[in-house]
Amino acid sequence: MSESVLRVEGIKKSFGGVQALKGVDLDIRGGEIHCLAGENGSGKSTLIKVISGVHEPDSGSIEIGGRRRERLSPREAIEAGVQVIYQDFSVFPNLSVMENLALNMELMDGRKLVNYRRARATASRAVSLIGFDVDLDERVENLTVADRQLIAICRALLQDSKLLIMDEPTSALTKKEVKSLFSVIKSLQGRGMSILFVSHKLDEVFEISERYTILRNGENVASGSTGDLDSKTFAYYMTGREFADESYRPGPIAAPPVLSVKDLCLEGCYEGVSFDLAPGEILGITGLLGSGRTELVETIFGISRPDSGSVAVRGREVKIRSVKAAIRRGIGYVPSDRLTEGLFQTQTIERNIVVAVLEKLSGRLGILRRKLVADTTARWIAELSIATEDPSLPVRVLSGGNQQKVVLARWLANDLAVLILNGPTVGVDIGAKYDIHGLIRALAARGLAVIIVSDDLPEVLSCASRIIVMRGGAFIEELDPAETTEAKLGELSTGVA
Amino acid sequence: MIQLHRLARRSEPYVLAAIVALCLLIQARSGQFFSGNNLVDDVRSLIVPALFSIGCMMVLVSGGIDVSFPAIASLAMYMTDRILLASHYSGSVVLAYAMAAGFGLAMGAFNGLLIAFLKLPTFVVTLGTSSLYTGIMYGALSASASDVPPAIAAHGKAKLFTATNEQLGLTSNMPVQVLILAGLIVVVFCLLRYTMLGRGIYAIGGDEAAAERTGFNVRAIKMFLYCFVGFTAGITGIVRISMMSFADPSTMLGMELTVIAAVVLGGTRVTGGLGTLTGTILGVTLMIIMANSLILIGIPTYWSRVFTGAVIIVGTGVTAHQVGSTRRRARAAAALGGLGGGVGAGHGEG
Repeated sequence: MSESVLRVEGIKKSFGGVQALKGVDLDIRGGEIHCLAGENGSGKSTLIKVISGVHEPDSGSIEIGGRRRERLSPREAIEAGVQVIYQDFSVFPNLSVMENLALNMELMDGRKLVNYRRARATASRAVSLIGFDVDLDERVENLTVADRQLIAICRALLQDSKLLIMDEPTSALTKKEVKSLFSVIKSLQGRGMSILFVSHKLDEVFEISERYTILRNGENVASGSTGDLDSKTFAYYMTGREFADESYRPGPIAAPPVLSVKDLCLEGCYEGVSFDLAPGEILGITGLLGSGRTELVETIFGISRPDSGSVAVRGREVKIRSVKAAIRRGIGYVPSDRLTEGLFQTQTIERNIVVAVLEKLSGRLGILRRKLVADTTARWIAELSIATEDPSLPVRVLSGGNQQKVVLARWLANDLAVLILNGPTVGVDIGAKYDIHGLIRALAARGLAVIIVSDDLPEVLSCASRIIVMRGGAFIEELDPAETTEAKLGELSTGVA
Repeated sequence: MIQLHRLARRSEPYVLAAIVALCLLIQARSGQFFSGNNLVDDVRSLIVPALFSIGCMMVLVSGGIDVSFPAIASLAMYMTDRILLASHYSGSVVLAYAMAAGFGLAMGAFNGLLIAFLKLPTFVVTLGTSSLYTGIMYGALSASASDVPPAIAAHGKAKLFTATNEQLGLTSNMPVQVLILAGLIVVVFCLLRYTMLGRGIYAIGGDEAAAERTGFNVRAIKMFLYCFVGFTAGITGIVRISMMSFADPSTMLGMELTVIAAVVLGGTRVTGGLGTLTGTILGVTLMIIMANSLILIGIPTYWSRVFTGAVIIVGTGVTAHQVGSTRRRARAAAALGGLGGGVGAGHGEG
């Protein structure tokens, strides 16, 4: 067993009376990939900031490279070989790759003037460390998210680091990009570096790390070797709750379909799509990005118009020419990017809930009836158990899962026939994810027809009562979730056995 | 080494092309554009807006905005003028510049304190102090147009050379103040490109939190910026009254909008992070040519305002649109990643 590069013991830290860390230990050995997991608010970020010297702990000790200290300045942390890659990468989008790589070093050296020849040399050395092929003169904002991250990694390596801390490094990457990031991480490990990988994504933790530490509410709940961990215990450690494998079976379907789609076509996106959806059903539509899944549901919601085919709602054929028309027909849509598309972040929770039903809540001259607004808000906050005491707070103070619930509440307040959810739990942590799944099942059980568009296969399997796989703009197969597996769904959506 | 595709993405080439086209058009229709006196006249009217535009661009690059520079320039020059007149000063003009620069610096420092230390929004602060400084000038000092001290008057008459238009018998003098502009351009060029302070201004405009984490002294940089704007505004005030030979307190008020428009026209991003000195000077040049020389082809002055407005909307609209589409791309890339699809996001722009 190799020596520890970093050992923190009994770290406590509180902010204005809130105890963020209640005596946390963490031990990272030389050359290992260690995963730090925990839900939002578990204290992960605070712990990272303590290790990197940003926050001074109230008590406890930090031992780096065999030297014990009570406190640490950011500069001392860097000099001791600790580098953090933040979630936003801390890159300058408006500057060139070269400057992004070199400015740090120039500042660390206390230079007042810029020498572009030296900067270029520094930058080429940095990219050569991981064999990253990039145009040094390109502006960083023109690069992909993955490339920006590589720049942040290269920049960190320049400082001769022994421990690289990566805060949720995969949250903005595609699967392919995650793969190449992992190979970079492995190569750094091969060079003897230790990596602290902060994540709450199960599959990543299993794939990349050797050991793990899980925090909950500012305390250690478990640590050990990743090999001894399975997804159920992982979820339990993270949330403190037991999750049963669940699935959804609708009751006997007697009612006529509430939504019927026939031969719907949109040039270049999808074609010949037909399905019926009855109240109480949850239809899961899965497929890769570009399979036409999003375009299909956006057509049903009136964002784009189909070239041919028909849509019937509650048995009547309708032409949905706009989002407004779709809402009037009782169709609701929750987009995947809930933060930028679904909510008015700076507006209150109350306003976000009632915004789609203002007409119903207002009197004759279009003046809002305050009482009705407050009642509606209170009802949905209670019904969806949105964790807030004050609906007049801006919606951005809520956690991801609760924000998602606010979006749901908005639609439910509108007497829906069909609710379409696109990637309902993207970026939501485990506990909130299970809650949202439970909520969706409960809503369907009460007679709502739901469509879930998702490429999170376990999610589709545990929620949907029927699954349709899309590939290249067409329905490939319809499956019963009880009789299929993740592997089978994966095969169907990629077309690769 | 600048590659062609990268050059095509910048706005300077387009502004330069517009200037060249406009010059050629005016020359073809009137035969007067490239006459010596017209060129000198254009440079003459360029000096003050160009002096203002430099500080204005630097603030925009840092992600802020300053609308108080005409008020600072006016109050600084007016106080200087009154003090020098009252003391019957008869020495060199250098003292006038030093005093105005000092007053300007103090007013800029006040902006800077509010912005860098109290973290108040730049637009609100400078809008407020703009009104404050103008109010002091008219209220406390009951400003009205007044004479200038002999030193400033003499400085205003000094010329580098005289250009004569043989055909029309017109002459124009190239003012020495153009040297101040040239000097400021050289200083700011080096500052922005070769000092950590200059790169810090760009860094703040790109991502303030990242700049702080990287180790830039964000407060000090902001403080410097607003002081610098005040300092150059004070100098510009003296340049203006020396070229006019009398101190009109209202002569510069209201220039902030045209100057900001010219700076943005020159490719400076209103949301911060991008902007060059070359682009800024080109932007101001284009605006001046439109304001001054359209009359040579028989377009009345008020029409030149319409053209100016149209160019601002088109020019800045294009820039804003580019920013918008970059954002959309970034958001699309994030959405792709969030969904975890197997499709890699495309590299940059085509």
